Amino acid sequence: MINLASSILILAGLFFYLAGSIGLLRLPDLYTRLHALTKADNLGLGLLAAGLALHSQHLLTSLKLLLIWLAVLAASATSAHLIARQARRQETRR
Amino acid sequence: MNTTNLLVFDGLLLFSIVGLAWASLATTDERRSVILFMAFGLVLAVAWGRLLAPDVALAEAAIGAGLSGALLLAAVRKQSPGSSHTHANPDRNYSESGAKVVLQWLVTLLCAALAGTLAWALLHALSSAPHDTLPRAISDNLVASGVSNPVTAVLLNFRAYDTLLELAVLLTAVLGIFSLGQTTPGYQPAGPVFDGLVRWLVPVLILTAGYLLWVGAHAPGGAFQAGATLAAAGVVLRLTGRSRIGLPDGFVLRIIMAAGVGVFLLVGLTLLLLGRPFLGYPPAWAGALILLIETAAMLSIAATLLLAFVGGQPQSTAVNAAANRQREENSRC
Repeated sequence: MINLASSILILAGLFFYLAGSIGLLRLPDLYTRLHALTKADNLGLGLLAAGLALHSQHLLTSLKLLLIWLAVLAASATSAHLIARQARRQETRR
Repeated sequence: MNTTNLLVFDGLLLFSIVGLAWASLATTDERRSVILFMAFGLVLAVAWGRLLAPDVALAEAAIGAGLSGALLLAAVRKQSPGSSHTHANPDRNYSESGAKVVLQWLVTLLCAALAGTLAWALLHALSSAPHDTLPRAISDNLVASGVSNPVTAVLLNFRAYDTLLELAVLLTAVLGIFSLGQTTPGYQPAGPVFDGLVRWLVPVLILTAGYLLWVGAHAPGGAFQAGATLAAAGVVLRLTGRSRIGLPDGFVLRIIMAAGVGVFLLVGLTLLLLGRPFLGYPPAWAGALILLIETAAMLSIAATLLLAFVGGQPQSTAVNAAANRQREENSRC
């Protein structure tokens, strides 16, 4: 039962990664690509971490996975903001 | 686990490593090349993890991908001042002179020769000697080493001499960096979002470094990984445009730079005076001595890596304060 639940979570996470990667390749400009990458991949990583935490059935491991997800959330949101701001500044400069 | 699936995974991993390496070398845009190199380092770290070498994986991710990437990006930035575009300047004349082509081929040939020699050595080692003598020797003596992580036992006890020499190499490198003179002023002050991230990231990084140092005794971790994490805290502090990035001033900084080698030597020489072999820890004290040496080594490594990123002697805070005052006065005018 737990194995099934963790598998579903991990597969759902992989689906969002796939969606994010397709978005990165197919979307027309930098901002929409950033949008696809950060939104989809953050959710994908969250689902992946939840699935792995369930799989490990270990409180400390789960907490570490949660910490990793939170750190990546903050880092990717910040870096997406920085990249988008830099791109916008270059646009206005032109 | 299913071996076919693992084989597919390993194949994908190998393909990505070689592909990223090629892409990193093939592009003419330095910045893109460095970013691809960082991705290469991360995938390489995964490969080390797949080879059941988490210690090396941690070191590769922290130093190979993270800090080397930051170092190379800083070098690219320094090389082309003023041009913050993501693409290379088209007007930069790439002189495809004969000497350059010859040099490229020479480097390629030398790299291929090196790779061939390493592959031959690996094959030779795998075919000639029984595989398990070294691991068995280590596991037989692990109890006396003072730690339960075999990697730390080898690095800080059985082959401590090698680690001492490694730290000496780092010390020599940092002396070279110091001889480059004072650093250029850092980066512009960061906006609120990045600054907000760094505000809580730096304490977490310091905590992680302490954790890695402590956990190295019985699980993957240790002075190198902890030092790299600590240096990363300094790197992000510098990226936000702060003048103080955790490096102390003058004399204290010099002591920290030399602490790794110094404490290592001090422990070794004290043991010699007590009638034991050089760096031959008494088993009862081994754990504590290893932790002491690793703590000093972590500080030295962190200072060295951070100074490499800064690229010279840090400007004394007095100078920075004066510069800030000057800037304030200028902006008031």
